Amino acid sequence: MSGAAASGGKGPDVYVRPEFVVETLGEAEIGDVERKLSGLERAWNVNGVRKATILIGLVVAWQVYTVALDVEPLMFPRFSTSAEALWLSLIDSDLLRKIWFSVSTLLIGYTTGLALSAALVLWASAQRIGADFLSTCTAMFNPLPAIALLPLAMLWFGLGTASIVFVTIHSVLWAVALSTHTGFQSVSETLRMIGQNYGLRNIRYVMKILIPAALPSILSGMKIGWAFSWRTLIGAELVFGASSGSGGLGWFIYENSQNLETAHVFAGLFTVILIGITVENVIFRNVELRTVYRWGMQR
Amino acid sequence: MAEATRAAAGPAPAAAPTPILDVDGVTLQYKTKEHLITATYRVGFQVYPSDRFVLLGPSGCGKSTLLKGVAGYMKPVEGEMRLKGRGISEPGPDRVMVFQEFDQLLPWKTVRQNITFALINGGRCATGAEADDIARQYIRKVKLDRFEDTYPHMLSGGMKQRVAIARGMAMEPDVLLMDEPFAALDALTRRQMQEELLQLWEDTHFTVLFVTHSIEEACIVGSRILVLSPHPGQVKAELNAHHLGHEDVGGEPFSALQKRIHDMLFADRILEEEAAPHA
Repeated sequence: MSGAAASGGKGPDVYVRPEFVVETLGEAEIGDVERKLSGLERAWNVNGVRKATILIGLVVAWQVYTVALDVEPLMFPRFSTSAEALWLSLIDSDLLRKIWFSVSTLLIGYTTGLALSAALVLWASAQRIGADFLSTCTAMFNPLPAIALLPLAMLWFGLGTASIVFVTIHSVLWAVALSTHTGFQSVSETLRMIGQNYGLRNIRYVMKILIPAALPSILSGMKIGWAFSWRTLIGAELVFGASSGSGGLGWFIYENSQNLETAHVFAGLFTVILIGITVENVIFRNVELRTVYRWGMQR
Repeated sequence: MAEATRAAAGPAPAAAPTPILDVDGVTLQYKTKEHLITATYRVGFQVYPSDRFVLLGPSGCGKSTLLKGVAGYMKPVEGEMRLKGRGISEPGPDRVMVFQEFDQLLPWKTVRQNITFALINGGRCATGAEADDIARQYIRKVKLDRFEDTYPHMLSGGMKQRVAIARGMAMEPDVLLMDEPFAALDALTRRQMQEELLQLWEDTHFTVLFVTHSIEEACIVGSRILVLSPHPGQVKAELNAHHLGHEDVGGEPFSALQKRIHDMLFADRILEEEAAPHA
């Protein structure tokens, strides 16, 4: 091992070792070169399984807490009571109709908001003054909570669906427009040049290059817009849901809290949460899986 | 170098054809936030059918800018560029560009769709079926049959460049523009791609305008080399390299040409460095 003879003053020379070549590589004595994971290990790798476990844990904690300490049901009903109230409202009362009322109002506001933001972004992409308009308006209106506009909306459009739609549009428009515009701006120069090279101009260029290339930002804007508008809608309904005699989910919650039906209030909250989760984790998630994930644009 | 001029009289030119691309005294300028930069100054050259015409020069000689000018992304402030006699005014599918960047493929399209997208939007094919046929044919040429339904993010850098080249060739443009297409690849893949490009050229003798800063690559890939000097780019020489390929690397004529170009570019740099203290 003393091959590194110290010669000269620049430290040890290169230590020359004998070469070797492995003629036959040994058969697998390595053990687990490849092993199938056990059923439990595989199940734990599924996103949904882990999240469901967390949910079940929360529910159990809730139930144990309320039963063991015998909490006053008026203040904090048991999970079982709340679930029962939800089930009963679904089959007996008009909860389904209220859900539909809320969701349809939301869809009107959401789609109108998307259309308006599309128009705004197109203008912003075409002209500099449009871009200035968009960034100024977004800076002004995006931080403004939609609910703060509700009094004005009531003044202008009266106590009804129109006012709710107005504030919903407000909550969607700026978030979506901002993220779409940012997405367009960050489309790489190479892709832009490719689009022009193959003769794409104007609207065809926007549809075939800019929108797909900016889809990750557009989708995240749509998700944020969705969450904003859903919150705004429920909030607005809490304020004056029953004006037209047929309130939505917000009104269901408000009405039941007035009647001290706390379990039903929880049932209403469950519904709000469930719809929120469904849209986020089923609809948007599937769109993402089929587009941006599949294309490797987002992980 | 009489040797090189004699070689020119060999197989290449067939009784003075008309040039496909005519670049005539072109000055290109672009603006950054603070400067107006002259990228090329009165550059002129002619590209003939089936040329593998290389624009060679150190960084800052405006070769990429020149290519962008030919592609129609930039307008010259002086001079003219004509493709088959028509002035170049905007980008178009008769001059397809292959970029250095790997992100030139549309990530939302599969390998085949990337090519059909170009064929249909570029106006070469009217129907999807026709485009599919042509796309398959060119995918086979670049040996990516197994990957035609794969999305670009699953491909290696070399494969992406092959798709981009297939897409460019499938368009059968008047001239294929290549902007350092192999510069971002590792040395082994680069060599392989150069060989493949030459094989593809043997097939159809397409016309290509190729930008590189590698003297070796220019000598291997090019049939004619335009040597540009930097700051701003000006024509230094136009040399023949059609007699050189991969098999000549390391050989006498190859090294001679390489050295000649090297001296040309290097002499410039020495002059510049000498000039700098006085300036």
